[in-house]
Amino acid sequence: MTDLALRRAPADRERMLGLLQDYGVYAGVTVLILANIAFTPHFVSAENFRTQAVQVAPVLIVALGMALAIGSEGVDLSVGSVMALATSLVSLYLGYGPWIALIVAMLGGAAVGLASGSLIAHIGVQPIVATLALMVAVRGIALVMLPQLKDVRDPGMATLGSGDLLGIPYLVLIAAALALLVGFTVRRTTFGRQLLAIGDSRPAAQLAGLPVRRVLILVYICSGVLAAIAGVLATARLQASDPTSLGNLMELSAITAVVVGGTPLSGGRIRVGGTVAGAVLIQLLTATLIKHDLPPSWTQIAQAVVIVLAVYAARERGKR
Amino acid sequence: MLSVSSLTKTFPGARALDGVDFAARPGEVHALIGENGAGKSTLIKVLTGVYQPDEGEIVFGGEPVRFATPLAAQHAGISTIYQEVNLVPLMSVARNLFLGREPRGRLGLIDFRRMHREADAALRSLGLRIDVRRPLRELGVGAQQMVALARAVSVDARVVVMDEPTSSLEPREVRTLFGVIRMLKERGIAVVYVSHRLDELYEVCDTVTVLRDGKLVHTGRIADLDRLRLVSLMLGREMSEVRSEGLTKFSGDHEAGGEPVLDARELTVRHVLHEVSVQLRPGEVVGLGGLLGSGRSETAKAIAGALPPDSGTVVVAGAAVRTGSTPAAIRAGISLLPEDRKAEGIVPGLSVRENIALAALPGLSRFGLVDDARVDRIVDTFIKRLRIKTSGPYQKVGELSGGNQQKVLLARWLAMRPKVLLLDEPTRGIDVGAKAEVQRLIDELADEGLGVLLISSDMEELIEGSDRVVVLKDGAVVAELTGDDVTEDRLLHAIAAEGGDHD
Repeated sequence: MTDLALRRAPADRERMLGLLQDYGVYAGVTVLILANIAFTPHFVSAENFRTQAVQVAPVLIVALGMALAIGSEGVDLSVGSVMALATSLVSLYLGYGPWIALIVAMLGGAAVGLASGSLIAHIGVQPIVATLALMVAVRGIALVMLPQLKDVRDPGMATLGSGDLLGIPYLVLIAAALALLVGFTVRRTTFGRQLLAIGDSRPAAQLAGLPVRRVLILVYICSGVLAAIAGVLATARLQASDPTSLGNLMELSAITAVVVGGTPLSGGRIRVGGTVAGAVLIQLLTATLIKHDLPPSWTQIAQAVVIVLAVYAARERGKR
Repeated sequence: MLSVSSLTKTFPGARALDGVDFAARPGEVHALIGENGAGKSTLIKVLTGVYQPDEGEIVFGGEPVRFATPLAAQHAGISTIYQEVNLVPLMSVARNLFLGREPRGRLGLIDFRRMHREADAALRSLGLRIDVRRPLRELGVGAQQMVALARAVSVDARVVVMDEPTSSLEPREVRTLFGVIRMLKERGIAVVYVSHRLDELYEVCDTVTVLRDGKLVHTGRIADLDRLRLVSLMLGREMSEVRSEGLTKFSGDHEAGGEPVLDARELTVRHVLHEVSVQLRPGEVVGLGGLLGSGRSETAKAIAGALPPDSGTVVVAGAAVRTGSTPAAIRAGISLLPEDRKAEGIVPGLSVRENIALAALPGLSRFGLVDDARVDRIVDTFIKRLRIKTSGPYQKVGELSGGNQQKVLLARWLAMRPKVLLLDEPTRGIDVGAKAEVQRLIDELADEGLGVLLISSDMEELIEGSDRVVVLKDGAVVAELTGDDVTEDRLLHAIAAEGGDHD
């Protein structure tokens, strides 16, 4: 009997780790909410929920693009700089109206994605190196365009940043819509399925005749456009363009949200729901620690612990 | 000098070496040969300290030894030259030669003058004139290999192991290499030489050891062994052995007729293929015969666009196909089942369903959206038709048995309605039952009018499955067997035939 129990132990452990990787993030969010309800004064208020949701929106949108990159066995480090580029472009083009500004910003993000995607797909530069180069260069370009902080005074942008529809902030609606769109893309489109196949086994995808290069470039364009949208929304919320600091360390938050949400770094699998929950988890973690007067450095330590847990679950499971 | 006895090494699921004896003597060039999975690489890795043997003894210079690491073996005087050069490309030739044991001057700094002088002398002694100050990467591959060789010799090696040293050399460089090998012999160094090129073996080696399936099948002087006998030993086929027909599931001949569905002409890839031409008619199974490294897989890959040829043309059903592009080949109706099923075939993390639909996906989509109902229909059809054993279409392919993975790949390609099917080792590593099923399928597909190119190291499968066999050697076609000539005897003779040099 003991013998049997011993033999079954690894399988059980495996299942546990699998569950941890797939659903741990939802459990984490639930626990944090319950703990806050119990211990944090004024946590349960419409005002607070609104604040949390509005703050999480840009991170979530960036994380969606990051999930696509990671699913293709890559990563996009340039997202924070793309947000900065977007905020500079919005400032410069707001004179033509908010819609034009938004479109120009998105085109800027697409251009960055095209550049890093081409480096990766055509020249064979590793994603981490290619997007690191773009991260540095694009932040520089953003600062050349707009060397210092500038207030954004535009009624359209103000509405976008703080308005709502039926009580739900526009920022939250847009983030939710984009999450649904990305989820749909991953599940239902040719692009999504090809992307997962490439992420899982690139040689096999290549021999199966998949347009590997085109798909990879498109992945980074998507990531760039999503980061640009996040940059515009952040600008609208802050009512200011600050290319020096906007999006700093955003790539790390986004990667954390994706990985904590159960998307393996080894590619081939994307969990959009998990990514949403991952972004919410980080936001809640930060908010909780701040509300209890712990210094911001504690937030970073807590984030690190969560990442290690997530990566551990993924690794141990991958070993088999 | 260096010998091993009753060496056994087991890996999970496979016995790579099974009681092998091997001895390299001073001043002797010893050929080590065998087909895929024979145990050559494992033996070399045990000799050079990369692997530890499970059982058996290594005796070096008269004493039993145990090399814990490759470095320990190197210090003891065993040097290895691998197929790919493993030196530092950006450093100078001299620095590469003395890497890790640079001559030191005062203050412990490198004495460059002495290093350059000694490097120059070392290369000259091998008959090479190279500026030792130049970065290694500026040299040709052959010259780099020579530097690796010089390094191996200059570390006072007593045994030099060469693993397919000529695979990327020009004929002229091969001559130089052989000169160096003869020099090593005169100095009393033992050389272990691994190669698939028979001509080379007979030219430069004194003794030969043949491994097959991890076992020693022959060892002795190479001059006492004719080529035909050597090939038979490698492939495990007795020349005069009378074989009963019908060991495989192939039915025999097919009705082949009409214009060729595939016409590949004079495909050439530097160092790999030399003007290889293959024609397939609809309903015909053509086998590609030859030893390991003869260019069989490369021919298939070149036809399928996965290996860009330097010259040559591919025509499918009368229309030229752009070479070097997998999508173009697939659109033209060429499908390749690659040799390395796990790395290049299946997408292990995706489901049976996604794997089957992978290549056909664009055709099963409208405006970029996948039509899942159509995918389900196709997947169900093929799971039934090919009898794929799976718990359901959503099971991960990585969890299936090898035979069923192969069927999934076949389904992936059949869903594309190909005209030409290139099968590279379709039954390797799959169990007997599945093997018979796959063979029966190949037959059926040919009967339905596909042109099939079959690559197999399984002689029986190749002979019984093929209507015609094109024999490759060192990347060139050396014979074509048709009709009653498609026999093991004929095939062995063709492989063993002398010559076939292409310089």
